[in-house]
Amino acid sequence: MLIALSQGIISRIAEIAKCNTHKTLLQRKGLYMEKLNCDALRKIDEIVAKHKDQAGPCIEMLHEVQNELGYVPFEAMEKIAEATGSSPAEVYGVVMFYAQFTTEPKGKHVINVCLGTACYVKGAQKLIDRVEKLTGAAVNKTSPDGLFSLDATRCLGACGLAPVCIIDGKYYGNALVDSEFTNEIRRIVREEKKAGAKA
Amino acid sequence: MKEKITTLKALLAVREAERRYLQLRLEDKFSLEEGEQHKNILVCAGTGCTAGDSAILIKKLNEKLEEAGLSEEVKVVKTGCFGFCQKGPIVAVYPDRVYYTHVKPDDAERIVNDHVIGGHVIKDLQMFDTDRKTGEKVYDIDKIGFYEKQQRIALRNCGRINPENIYEYIGIDGYEALYRVLTEKTPQEVIDIVKASGLRGRGGAGFPTGLKWQFEKDQPGDEKYVICNADEGDPGAFMDRSILEGDPHAILEGMAIMAYAVGAHQGYVYIRAEYPIAVNRLRIAIREAKELGLLGENIFGTGFNFDIEIRLGAGAFVCGEETALIASIMGKRGMPSPKPPFPAVSGVWQKPTSINNVETIANITQIILNGAEWYAAMGMGKSKGTKVFALGGKINNTGLVEIPMGTTLREIIYDIGGGCPEGKKFKAVQTGGPSGGCLTEKELDTPITYENLVAAGSMMGSGGMIVLDEDNCMVDVAKFYMEFICDESCGKCTPCRIGTKRLLEMLTKITEGNGTMEMLDEMEELCNEVRDGALCGLGQTAPNPILSTLRYFRDEYEAHILEKRCPAHVCKKLLTYVINPDKCKCCSLCARNCPADAITGKPGKEVYKIDAEKCIKCGLCITNCKFGAVERH
Repeated sequence: MLIALSQGIISRIAEIAKCNTHKTLLQRKGLYMEKLNCDALRKIDEIVAKHKDQAGPCIEMLHEVQNELGYVPFEAMEKIAEATGSSPAEVYGVVMFYAQFTTEPKGKHVINVCLGTACYVKGAQKLIDRVEKLTGAAVNKTSPDGLFSLDATRCLGACGLAPVCIIDGKYYGNALVDSEFTNEIRRIVREEKKAGAKA
Repeated sequence: MKEKITTLKALLAVREAERRYLQLRLEDKFSLEEGEQHKNILVCAGTGCTAGDSAILIKKLNEKLEEAGLSEEVKVVKTGCFGFCQKGPIVAVYPDRVYYTHVKPDDAERIVNDHVIGGHVIKDLQMFDTDRKTGEKVYDIDKIGFYEKQQRIALRNCGRINPENIYEYIGIDGYEALYRVLTEKTPQEVIDIVKASGLRGRGGAGFPTGLKWQFEKDQPGDEKYVICNADEGDPGAFMDRSILEGDPHAILEGMAIMAYAVGAHQGYVYIRAEYPIAVNRLRIAIREAKELGLLGENIFGTGFNFDIEIRLGAGAFVCGEETALIASIMGKRGMPSPKPPFPAVSGVWQKPTSINNVETIANITQIILNGAEWYAAMGMGKSKGTKVFALGGKINNTGLVEIPMGTTLREIIYDIGGGCPEGKKFKAVQTGGPSGGCLTEKELDTPITYENLVAAGSMMGSGGMIVLDEDNCMVDVAKFYMEFICDESCGKCTPCRIGTKRLLEMLTKITEGNGTMEMLDEMEELCNEVRDGALCGLGQTAPNPILSTLRYFRDEYEAHILEKRCPAHVCKKLLTYVINPDKCKCCSLCARNCPADAITGKPGKEVYKIDAEKCIKCGLCITNCKFGAVERH
């Protein structure tokens, strides 16, 4: 009996140790989700409460959470699952299905390059290759320094101005490889470098 | 608190009052009293022109008018899209009917001082067209090629009224159709009118709208739904966005009529989150309509209740498919389900539901007001009425055009679109987006109908029309669409999930110079299998871009495979960049700009050379060289 108990304790300790190494491993890989602060948790609760009685509210809630926090943290998925009577796995499935939802926080500056057909045939691919080089952010990823997120978006519907891009919400039409758009990126890169050097 | 409109008399009274302001824009003759508004400056506030700072322009115009003490007499009106996005931001001054193009916020001062106060038209901003025969400049807006052949029904109010003001919509003819329907017609009569008009779904497949409504009406039960499909996923199409941005009330009214006909009391607008301006205008429109009692309970005192809710998409192309859209509205993964059961039998919350596209709904009020015969008189064969196309790509006049069915592709591309820019040679026109195909010069004289486009190997689709010129590689275009489909395939059925992946792999091999001739036959065979085996429209039509390019541009595929050459100089792996030593002036500009350090030489002494191993084929050296010394083979 005593042996069984101690064996149980030992296996539990081993489990905890395993968990911890797992956690550090994930942290090292940058995959471990940090605990959210109270403010963010309260925001999520508010959003969930607001839409709880609506029919089929999951996507609405996810949209608002992402608008508020910039991404969908795991805690939000748990809370949404609880409120809608589904499992976190189901909510996670919804998040993964739709291209607009992201589980990673975005960079300081968000750049969208439209890859709709009209933009593509007018050279958007070349442009996005260029922006990758300028910012150091891979397509649909955030740069290692956390400054830029580069998203290839679906048609923005401004095809008359192809190629179209957005920097932090501001639209740039006729954004060719050397244009106001790339100049603006260069300007931001320079500015951030200066700020970084000061800090 | 605004006063609710419950009778025709009240509606017409609002219209009369509003007409006093609208007459400047709508009519040739008008009577004005001293001190009354005598000019309207219309500024496009669609997505395209907003990107061109039209919001700042509106602010500046208002400031300048105020400075001049003209705020009362001259009104700046924010409108929807004028259609001619190429020329944006567009400003129109009424009653003068003068259109200005590429207007910048700094031009506000000139418009107020020179035009409004001075009475001079600002020539360097004015929209014009060049008469092809005489070479003279044409300024009359109705004679400008881009507008001359158009017939605007779905787009009738875009660029004419303020979409954020319900009174302007009522001032034109808004909500009269709804009143007539609710008080004078039975639901069956409404459906019969829509059937007789010959209106077919504008989302792509072209299913007769009246028939769709009939199916839902014939279902038992009280709980039914109507949905407006505004998930305009086709990259390169933006007519639904423009209608929602420019005339949101036409959609609300059309949906209410549809709901009355089929017996529904709740509607949903499923709209892409990529269209923030349209979502916002729709929200305003719903709020305004509710305030006036034109949506909500007991509309026009008839006991008919109807409410509309907005549901946002989240970036999934497949959600344009009916069953996937319904799943998404219910908050789930947007995966299609097999039909039957059709949505008319079991849709949202397993209740009868009918789904119509934005453009389809935009036609409804006009069909009710003008009659089925009026609508059916336009068009050709089984395709009645008009269709909006989004002209884009390598064309001079990009923008939205609405033409009667039966117009030829040539008329759209050359007469309205003005042909390819920079004198480049037209190569193909892509219609129907990722589900459609590419058509060539030979098909340009085909009158546009649902049937003709399918027979030519493409389809109507939602109306995207992308023009390609000699600089576009058709294999690359096919690959672009296949990448799109692979990305957007929901993964539920095997033919689409795996079939499209294999197709993309084969296309990639071909564009990289590793293709074989057998691959073309294999691709064709696999295309047929995906088409026959896929669960929903996305997979069934996914092979179209490949099949149509194989049909019309087999020689380009063969050049990639046999000669390892991309005739349009697009496919990177098949390109080489060399510097012509005879033309090189040793200026070193190319080397300094090369991101891969692949260019070597000595400034002023030794001609530059490109190391093919290091070259990433970005083409920057070509753009930077001032002497045309860099050549691409």
